[in-house]
Amino acid sequence: MDTIKTFIRKSRIKSPWLLHFDCGSCNGCDIEVLACLTPVYDIERFGIINVGNPKHADLLLVTGTVNHRNKKVLGNLAEQMPEPKIVVALGSCGLSGGVFREAYNVIGGVDKIIPVDVYVPGCPPKPEAIIDGVVTGLAKFAQKKGDTS
Amino acid sequence: MARTIIPFGPQHPVFPEPLHLKLVLEDEIVKEAVPALGYVHRGLEMLADIRDYHQMIQICERVCGICSTIHAQCYCQGIEELMGIEVPARAKFLRVIWAEIHRVQSHLLWLGLFADAFGFESLFMQCWKIRERVMDINEATGGNRVNVSVNIIGGVKRDLAPDMTRWILSELDLVEQEVKRLEKVLLHDYTVKKRTVGKGVLTKDQALELGAVGPTLRGSGVAQDIRQLGYAAYGDLSYTPVVAKDGDAYSRNRVRFLETYQAIALVREAISKLPPGEISVKVKGKPEGEIVSRVEQPRGELMYYIKGNGKKNLDRLRIRTPTFANIPPLLSMLPGIELADVPVIVLSIDPCISCTER
Repeated sequence: MDTIKTFIRKSRIKSPWLLHFDCGSCNGCDIEVLACLTPVYDIERFGIINVGNPKHADLLLVTGTVNHRNKKVLGNLAEQMPEPKIVVALGSCGLSGGVFREAYNVIGGVDKIIPVDVYVPGCPPKPEAIIDGVVTGLAKFAQKKGDTS
Repeated sequence: MARTIIPFGPQHPVFPEPLHLKLVLEDEIVKEAVPALGYVHRGLEMLADIRDYHQMIQICERVCGICSTIHAQCYCQGIEELMGIEVPARAKFLRVIWAEIHRVQSHLLWLGLFADAFGFESLFMQCWKIRERVMDINEATGGNRVNVSVNIIGGVKRDLAPDMTRWILSELDLVEQEVKRLEKVLLHDYTVKKRTVGKGVLTKDQALELGAVGPTLRGSGVAQDIRQLGYAAYGDLSYTPVVAKDGDAYSRNRVRFLETYQAIALVREAISKLPPGEISVKVKGKPEGEIVSRVEQPRGELMYYIKGNGKKNLDRLRIRTPTFANIPPLLSMLPGIELADVPVIVLSIDPCISCTER
């Protein structure tokens, strides 16, 4: 069994699957995340595929501010992902609330709800920065130990 | 079979945004759709209490990242009208140029997402590949790929040099050529037609009664567009709305596709007529009174209600976005269609949830 576990652990670093959740952003970061998947930036060359199911995902990309309604959804998504997982917060809003930090329905950044591994600043971050954030996340992924079965 | 309720969203692979619909199904047929909103609500209208009326431009740009310039333009036009500021002609033309470049970008984005909704992934990739050229124009002229922050009260803060406009024109020629190559697929391909023709029909009467706006309205055969009012420099440019008459998802696709050409033509015309002179005027005083400002966004009519009381903070800012107006038409399209067609129909109105919930 150990060989299988080692194999899975290595494969997940070589081909991590990505889940994107828009957590109340202005769409700016989301379209940049999508732009990463398209031919010009092509994040798939790192073996990264955008999936819709949190149970298949290794990486969670969160954009935007957390509010009182979507904090449960965000918590659920992070909980459903198998360990080890990496959470990448994108954009000023995902980091701290950004320009909306004083608005009444905004709790703040993503790290108020779930632990965040990589922070990517920018409003919105450029696709190059997002790819860099994801690749930095992969380096942390290798260090994390978890149930790989 | 008994009725079942299928949740659609808030996290769904087809949409980048958290749209949540509760679909009441009988077998595979949708009987009723109940929207559940509020996942993106930030309460940014209330930020007018904290930020002054100049700082609110940056907030307005972030109502929606896809049409940021046009939101700021609408807000600035409202404040300018309220304070009686006459904007220089060159600034008006520059606003049109940036707004139309944004429209090309937004429509290409939508065409790609729409193709993705019916499973045509290579078409999605093609549309987004072309779109990157437009994003380069945004970055070169506005300094940011997405939030092109050029509007200020009293004009614009960036100018376009002659060599820059020449470069924009040459890039847009390439964009037009590449979009033309997609025409055969997007408008005439068997697969595309099979998934879109006759799906999600909105008749002309329904569209008017339910208050549809933008390409959703024009796809149902109503030639109505706020640009016909001639705000900014549209009065000096030749503009006729693109209309398709069938009211189905294919018609809305057709309207948006042809509007991409039209937006490129408008940029060309605006650049050829670009007058010399100042790009902004000095602003003195504080806004007082109330006003409704309207512009045409890629998704339809955008309306800002602004109330000032002679202080630096506004009394009230109310934003009515096009997707908000298009949700009742969407709910009337959904009953009677199959579950597998729901993503196509929902995307056919070009939903922007972050606009709707603000």
